[in-house]
Amino acid sequence: MTHAAYVLTGWGVVAGSVALFTWRTLRRGRTLSRLVPEERRRWG
Amino acid sequence: MFAEARIVAAKDLRLEWRSRVTTTQVVPFAVLTLVLFAFAIDPSRGVLGRVAPGLFWVAVLLSTTLAANRAHAVETDAGTRDMLRLSGLEPRAVFAGKAAAIVVQLLGLEIVLAAGTVVLYNVQLATPALLLSAALPATVALGAAGATYGALAASVRVRETLLPLLLLPVLAPVLIAATSATEAAIDSTPEAGWGWAGLLVVLALLYAGAGAGIYGVLLEDQ
Amino acid sequence: MTTIAPAGTGSRATLVLGWLSLAGVAALAALGLWWSPADVVQGDSVRLMYVHVPSAILMYAGCSLCALGSLMWLRKRTDGWDTLAQASAELATLFAALTLVTGMLWGRPTWGAYWTWDARLTSTTLLFLLLVGYLALRSVPASADTRARRSAVLGLLLVPNAMIVHYSVDWWNTLHQDATVAKLDPTIDDLMLFTLFAGMVVGGVVFSWLLTHRFRVAWLQRQVDEVSLDRAIVERRAEADLAGHGSTR
Repeated sequence: MTHAAYVLTGWGVVAGSVALFTWRTLRRGRTLSRLVPEERRRWG
Repeated sequence: MFAEARIVAAKDLRLEWRSRVTTTQVVPFAVLTLVLFAFAIDPSRGVLGRVAPGLFWVAVLLSTTLAANRAHAVETDAGTRDMLRLSGLEPRAVFAGKAAAIVVQLLGLEIVLAAGTVVLYNVQLATPALLLSAALPATVALGAAGATYGALAASVRVRETLLPLLLLPVLAPVLIAATSATEAAIDSTPEAGWGWAGLLVVLALLYAGAGAGIYGVLLEDQ
Repeated sequence: MTTIAPAGTGSRATLVLGWLSLAGVAALAALGLWWSPADVVQGDSVRLMYVHVPSAILMYAGCSLCALGSLMWLRKRTDGWDTLAQASAELATLFAALTLVTGMLWGRPTWGAYWTWDARLTSTTLLFLLLVGYLALRSVPASADTRARRSAVLGLLLVPNAMIVHYSVDWWNTLHQDATVAKLDPTIDDLMLFTLFAGMVVGGVVFSWLLTHRFRVAWLQRQVDEVSLDRAIVERRAEADLAGHGSTR
């Protein structure tokens, strides 16, 4: 593959950032949902 | 509405005049940036004259953030924001007055800065008419955007740092157009500049329209 | 699924979306990095386009949703619209950053430099800074109503500002330098076109999944703030009552 370093870095940064954002969002959701009574959550 | 706007503008300008902040702090700050630019860009290499239009407008932009901050800080600090809201003045008129006060201050500042640029950077102007027809709408655009974003950040405790971050990217198009028009006015290639002056008129109308439309919501802010 | 409320921001819908996202990303990686051919002109650096273009589209989608949320908040004044504006602005900022990074990584082998003052690169940078400013305003401590009002004004101005910036930078750019932008080959290979399209679809699925979760997190945060505010008010009242007993009122 030509320019393999650029291509793999680009894909890596995108995948890594989205994964990090997802992980942080899900974890914050877990932490916060412990503090909120069940009847105030509208999903599930 | 225009009578009301004039009352607000006159009040703001009177306050500014009494406090002397614009004349003793903002204008010297702007001149100082001109001198600093000369240190950053070695004057002996002849680059300074060519980039003078850009430096001039960057100095105006930086001063706009100060003026926009002041325009609403005087209300918030004096606790007169509520009075302004309860005064029964039309929000659009308050906006127009605030913007007009900023415009007047900026025009004065630009005259000083232009003189400074001509003297310090050794610039000769070929088409003064073009410069005037670019600088006027550019200043109106700066004043309108400054009044809008100044009101937005007015009640924020960290407004000194927040306002430049919010305002400067919005003013980037004004910088681009005003710099290009001024370059054309200096280079004696005015044909290229009139288009930019036209864009500045459009920008001034857009920013003034947006500010007038949205200012009522901002006045609700505590 | 049991009747117990989930311990997080997941629901049956997000579970489906989540697995679809994972499968989609895997398929896109296989398509973009392996199956699709290299470009005749650009070589393999064209593979960056399969993440760059969807990122850019998601950035614009996030901005539009933020403006929509802001506009609707100003009309309806309900928490949900403000929460939508917040969640979509955060995602827009994330994807704006990714658009810039992938654009620069693509520019280095194509143009020979990470950065050129290309119109799109420049206006995307300004859009990114506008979004950063929006999030900065949101992060300033304020009552929920004040924050919503300020953010709605800024969010509403976001799209017109982005457009003004885009057109002025475009004009500035065409006057100052030749358009050297290498366009995607018009006679593009079918599989490459399909991969680009797949990237947009997968991006859309991932975006809606993330947006749902982010929205729910913001919603939970709002509930927590309200609960703690209620509790603080009750405590202050109790203190006031206690203090009020001794005094002659």
